[in-house]
Amino acid sequence: MFAVVGTVPDEAFPLVWGPARIAGKNLLIENHSVPVNRGTPALLASAAKVCDFFSADPPEAILAGDIGRGGGSRQVYARLEQCLGGCKYLSLTFHYIQPDVDWHNRVLFAVEDMHPRPVLIADAGFMYAAKMSGQAQCYDVFTPDMGELAFLADPEAPHPFYTRGFIFHEPQRANELIASAYAHRNASRYLLVKGKTDIAADEKGVTDTVSHPVVPAMEAIGGTGDIITGLVAAFTGLGKDPRTACVQAASVSRLAGKLADPHPGTQVIEIIKQIPAALEVFFAEK
Amino acid sequence: MGLLSFFRKEKKQPPVPGRDRGILVFENTSEVIRAENILQKRGWQIRVMGPPPEIRTGCDLVIEFPLISGLEILRALEACGIEPLKVVPVSDGMLQPVSIFFARDYGDYLMVQAANMKITVDKRDLTVVNISGGGCPDVPYLAAQMVGCRLDEIPEPRSIGHTLCGYALQLALEETCRKCLL
Repeated sequence: MFAVVGTVPDEAFPLVWGPARIAGKNLLIENHSVPVNRGTPALLASAAKVCDFFSADPPEAILAGDIGRGGGSRQVYARLEQCLGGCKYLSLTFHYIQPDVDWHNRVLFAVEDMHPRPVLIADAGFMYAAKMSGQAQCYDVFTPDMGELAFLADPEAPHPFYTRGFIFHEPQRANELIASAYAHRNASRYLLVKGKTDIAADEKGVTDTVSHPVVPAMEAIGGTGDIITGLVAAFTGLGKDPRTACVQAASVSRLAGKLADPHPGTQVIEIIKQIPAALEVFFAEK
Repeated sequence: MGLLSFFRKEKKQPPVPGRDRGILVFENTSEVIRAENILQKRGWQIRVMGPPPEIRTGCDLVIEFPLISGLEILRALEACGIEPLKVVPVSDGMLQPVSIFFARDYGDYLMVQAANMKITVDKRDLTVVNISGGGCPDVPYLAAQMVGCRLDEIPEPRSIGHTLCGYALQLALEETCRKCLL
C-alpha cells in the first residue's frame, strides 16, 4: 500500500485520508468527489489506474482543499505530524502543498517513526520545501522539470521563480545542473528530470534516459508531469525499486500520451484514460 | 524545533534558515510601520528588521515575510494604498526573478512560459486551453478558473492567485496578451 499527500483546488474540500478510486472523470475519496484536471487529483488518478491494472489496493489519499492561501496545506501537515508515525506504506509521495520549511521538518520527523521507512517521493511545492529545508537527501525521488532542476542546482534560489542563470530549454545543461544539485546536497537519492528527454540520475550522474515515443504537445498540457509522478508513486508502492520505477514511469507516460494522440488543448484526463493501454503495451514489449 | 530534534537529527544537515522568507523594502519607516500593523492584524507571520547591506537604499527597516505568500501580502498592502519599493528573497539581496520569456508556436496554439509557469492559447479564438508548470497550490485553482476563458475576459492571477507561482503565471499571461492582442 502507498499514500499520496497533496491538495485539491477547492477551499470547501475537507481534510480526507482514505482510498482513492476513479469514477469517470472524477476521483472518489470517502464520500467526496473531485474532478481530475491537474495537480494532485491527476497524480492520484494515474496511480489509481496502475492499481486497477495490477488488481492492487488503491492509493491512500491524504488531501485537503487549498487554493493557495495555505490553510488546507497546514491541515494536512498537522495531520501528518500526528498520524504518520503509525502508518505502514511502501511509498509516500508529497505533491502540491504550500511550501513551509518548519512544517516540512515536522513531517519529516514523523516519517522517521515509520517502520519500515517508505520510499519518499516529492514533487511540486513539497519538493521546493524539501530543498529549502536543506534536507533533500532524506528523499528517494524528486521529479523536477528542467526549470525545477535549475532551482535545485542553484544553492541560493528559494523558489523556481528566483532561479539564477536559467535559460529555457537547454537540455544540454542537464548534466551540469544535476551535478550541481548533488554537489550542493539539494537532490534526492534519485532524480527523474521530466522533459523532451526524461533523465534518471543519481549522485554519480545520469543513469538512464527515455526519449521515445516523442509527443511534443504534452509539454503544453497541464498535468502531464503529475502523471509521471503518479506512476512513480504507484510503481514504488507496488514494490519496484526507485530507479526502475522512474524509468518505467517515463516510458509508460509517453506511451499513454502517444495513445491519446493529443494536441496542445487536450486535457490531461484524456491521457490518464490511456494508462491501462499503455501499461499493456509496455509490459507486453518487456 | 527544540532540543529533542537536535538529538534525533544529529547526522543530518541543519535546516537552512531564512530561505523561504522575503523582504519588503519601503520608502520610509512610517510606511513600514503601517504595513506591519496591516499585516499583523491579518495574521501574517512577519518581522520588522534592519535591511541587509545589499538592499540598503536609505531606509532603515524592512519587513521579513513568508516568501510564498508574497502575492497575497502585496495585494493586502495595495488595498491599503501601500506599495513597497522592492520585494526580494532574504537569502540573497541580489537575486532577481526569472525575467526571460519563452514561446513555442504549435500552429493553431501558442505556449508562453514565464519562469516556471506555462500558458497555452488557441490562436483561433484566443481561448486559454492549458496551464502547466508550477508547484504551489494555487496553480490547479488558477488553471481551473482560467482554462476556457478568452484572453480579453480572463480572471488575472494577480487578483485571484496567492503565491510566487501565481505571480509567474501573471507574467506569462501578460506576455501572451502582448503577443496575441496587439
